Amino acid sequence: MSVPLLSTLTFFPVLGGLSLLLVKKEEVQTIKIMALVISLVEILLAVPLFFLFDKTTSHMQFTEFHSWIPTFNINYSMGIDGISVLFILLSALITTLSISVSWEAIQTKVKEFFIAILILEGMMIGVFCALDFFLFYIFWEAMLIPMFLIIGIWGGPNRLYATVKFFLYTLVGSLLMLIGIITLYAQGGHTFDILKLAEHSFPIGLQKTLFWAFFAAFAVKVPMWPVHTWLPDAHTEAPTAGSVILAGILIKMGAYGFLRFSMPILPDATQAMMVPMLVLSLIGIIYGAIICLSQTDLKRLIAYSSVSHMGFVTLGIYALNQQSIEGGILQMINHGVVTGALFLSIGMVYERTHTRVIADYGGLSSTMPVFGSFFLFFTLASVGLPGTNGFIGEFLILLGSFINRPWVAFFAATGLILGAWYMLWLYQRIFFNPVNKKVVGLPELTAREICTLLPMVALIFWIGLYPNAMLGFMHESVRHLIEQVYGTGVTQTASQVSAMLMH
Amino acid sequence: MDTAIVSWTAFEPILPEMFLVCIALAIIGFDLFAGKQREQLIPWITVLGGLIVLGMVAGEKYGQAFDGMFITDGYASFFKVVCMIGVIMAALMSEHFRRSEALPLGEYNSLMVLSAVGMLIMASAGDLMVLYLGLELMALSVYCLVGLHHGDPKTGEAAMKYFLMGGFASAILLYGMSLVYGLTGTTNIAKIAQLSSSGQLLTNPALMAGLGMMIAAFCFKVAIAPFHFWTPDVYEGAPTPVTAFMSVGPKAAGFAVFGRVLVSGFPQFHDSWGTLLSVLALLTMAIGNITALSQVSIKRMLAYSAIAHAGYALLGVLCGTPEGLSSTMSYLLIYAFMNMGAFAILILMSSPDNHRETLDDFKGLAKTNPAAAFMMMIFMFSLTGIPPTAGFMGKFYLLKSALAAGYTMTVIGAVIFSSISAYFYLRVVRYMYMSDPEHEVAINFTPGISVVLGLSLLGVIGLGLFPGSMIAQAAGALLGQ
Repeated sequence: MSVPLLSTLTFFPVLGGLSLLLVKKEEVQTIKIMALVISLVEILLAVPLFFLFDKTTSHMQFTEFHSWIPTFNINYSMGIDGISVLFILLSALITTLSISVSWEAIQTKVKEFFIAILILEGMMIGVFCALDFFLFYIFWEAMLIPMFLIIGIWGGPNRLYATVKFFLYTLVGSLLMLIGIITLYAQGGHTFDILKLAEHSFPIGLQKTLFWAFFAAFAVKVPMWPVHTWLPDAHTEAPTAGSVILAGILIKMGAYGFLRFSMPILPDATQAMMVPMLVLSLIGIIYGAIICLSQTDLKRLIAYSSVSHMGFVTLGIYALNQQSIEGGILQMINHGVVTGALFLSIGMVYERTHTRVIADYGGLSSTMPVFGSFFLFFTLASVGLPGTNGFIGEFLILLGSFINRPWVAFFAATGLILGAWYMLWLYQRIFFNPVNKKVVGLPELTAREICTLLPMVALIFWIGLYPNAMLGFMHESVRHLIEQVYGTGVTQTASQVSAMLMH
Repeated sequence: MDTAIVSWTAFEPILPEMFLVCIALAIIGFDLFAGKQREQLIPWITVLGGLIVLGMVAGEKYGQAFDGMFITDGYASFFKVVCMIGVIMAALMSEHFRRSEALPLGEYNSLMVLSAVGMLIMASAGDLMVLYLGLELMALSVYCLVGLHHGDPKTGEAAMKYFLMGGFASAILLYGMSLVYGLTGTTNIAKIAQLSSSGQLLTNPALMAGLGMMIAAFCFKVAIAPFHFWTPDVYEGAPTPVTAFMSVGPKAAGFAVFGRVLVSGFPQFHDSWGTLLSVLALLTMAIGNITALSQVSIKRMLAYSAIAHAGYALLGVLCGTPEGLSSTMSYLLIYAFMNMGAFAILILMSSPDNHRETLDDFKGLAKTNPAAAFMMMIFMFSLTGIPPTAGFMGKFYLLKSALAAGYTMTVIGAVIFSSISAYFYLRVVRYMYMSDPEHEVAINFTPGISVVLGLSLLGVIGLGLFPGSMIAQAAGALLGQ
């Protein structure tokens, strides 16, 4: 490729964001429109990835390579495979939607807000493109700065506590990973190149140590139980756009980290740690779901449901077979779409009522029927109704984990039941029940808001009815990943099963 | 008959130092005789002279002079560059500072230049005597600089404290040197290394004691715990440009001799001093970072942060490897930019009636002065060590070399303390961006301070995104040694 597409995708939003500096801060409307246009252009730039991507190979595509710090053999190396390509598209989409939802919600420091969002977008895409561990780390950490500001400046009443907690949790984890990265470099032939590190075989003792060093960073980000406690605070206090980006993309990076780094580079440790990871995931699923049942705050409930859903994702990843990993990746996308959509909806209704307490709602479907039906789609997708995307992801994960460890699938399935319980009960309390006087006379969704939610509904049904549109990207890369973990040859049968299932 | 007793070419290596002395004398002269124009002239002379010397030391020919007493190599020239950057920036800052505070201009600039002469000599010292000469020249000038501010009672206290404790440290250093001299019969650092490697001296307790005393004195100079007690009071009491200068110049020079003496003078003893320094480094980071958590004055917080950063920089020295030293060198250069930047913001904030050094004064700065707040934020993130700022690159290099040298536990400690530090650096950002302003702060960007801020910002971002050539320079500097 002669056009450095991935670099363009990474740095276009950053430059676009910086270009907002040139606009006077009083011209709020211009700033908003510019930000929206930049994010739309970014989507257009990302579309070629979808069509030009070669699904028949597990090699990195669209690669770019430049020397950066030659003394340390650090390179600016970018490339994507079937695991990362979808997240780039998702990042571009979710950023656009969160810009759209902030149209009215952000009233102070408007310019700074959109600059932060656009820079954040660039960093997020950089994380998914980086093929050099050092470069990855730069993007991974640099992302903290705009997110810290987004929560801290535009967040809710308790935002300072939430943002500092978020920052410190992530920083500690990341720094431990940094030590792991340097150790890899020292032991693995003085390179930060992910592909070369994956070919290098490390002794099992070292692998286990490094596994936990990486775990510190990735598990915090996912977040896995027991390091999830920053998430409810951050989600709850963040402005709507912040919550959407957190839920939609940021927390996916933890799971992506497991897939991209822990598994290929530390295959033996991955196998050895499979059961502990499955158990942690199960605890996350069930614990998150039970906590959801007792929440009185809307956003907090969705935040805890993220803990539960991300438990499914890590469960799928660590069940270590073709179906479960594909299910895990798909569920990451699904969760981004569905939870993103739920946070968008909550943001919209919050703008009208200025309360997040569930008890303040009731009978909303009579005042905002259109909103009610949108929310219903998202609720059903969240509980995994067949026909929606949630069903496909959860089904694949359960299927994959049943093949490996039936008891795991059994416990995970209880999470599904609890999930249906808390989500449907939430829907009942908000939309049915007697009409609360606080929701009387609320205006219906505006055209802008409907346009914000429509893409999500489309994605929910598209993935739900034709999952191969997404799974097709992953087959080869996931097969290659499993080969890396188990060595070649083992996966033949599994991929055949998967092929039968999918076609 | 050939009567030339002195070969003038022998002086070539110390030309920059001699030139600096001339500048210092010129400043004193102008201060006495130039009348009204001196206000404008003196800072210019300092900055211009500093720039010339910066060029001279950067392009220095490598070699030795005076029978190995004075060494010019890549290592020395890198540290000299850092020191000169410190001098130039401090001179530029003072141009702003004296508008709000009465600072005797001639004394301030000439003392600063003289202390720079000392630092340059320290960086090049190949002999313990030359080292001591440079150290004292630097220290005496800085003692005076700290006390230069007449009006403030804190300043007098700070200068007195610094002088007494510094004198004590110098005495310890001399005692240590005399022990080493007594046992080896030489003050030449390279020869000490040769002699002490011969069997008997390796286990000699008196030599160990001498080495220990020298380490203690160096620790005092660069503010390593438990020899750091002077730092917070002196940093807080001194006029802010002097504080900024002290945290960059003398510290870099201190690390230069630290590295030179330990790594080229006592490499055989690395097992002992490596372990000792790793404990001291952890202690320093712990004290610096944890105490900084409870500070309400930003100036004092930066003083504790300077202690903590000395701990990080020590990580490179304690490796005892060329890689370690070059990581310390890179870190000090980066630290010069980010710390100078942070202090420049403090100076920018101060006005004649109010120093505005507390956290509360920074409340809502983003609203009243977005540019200043933004720059302060970048410097704070850099001090925390968050990419893509240069602070991260420096810290990464340090951690990398300490890990390569096998100090895994020290490195783990370092990252834990580094994440603790995030709390108090971010608190500044929080106050600036996430609180409402209590009162209007009128900020006036004068040319001097703007240049300092611009350079610091450029350094912090530039070295963060493109650190390649700096790291290559620092790594290459050690190969010649």
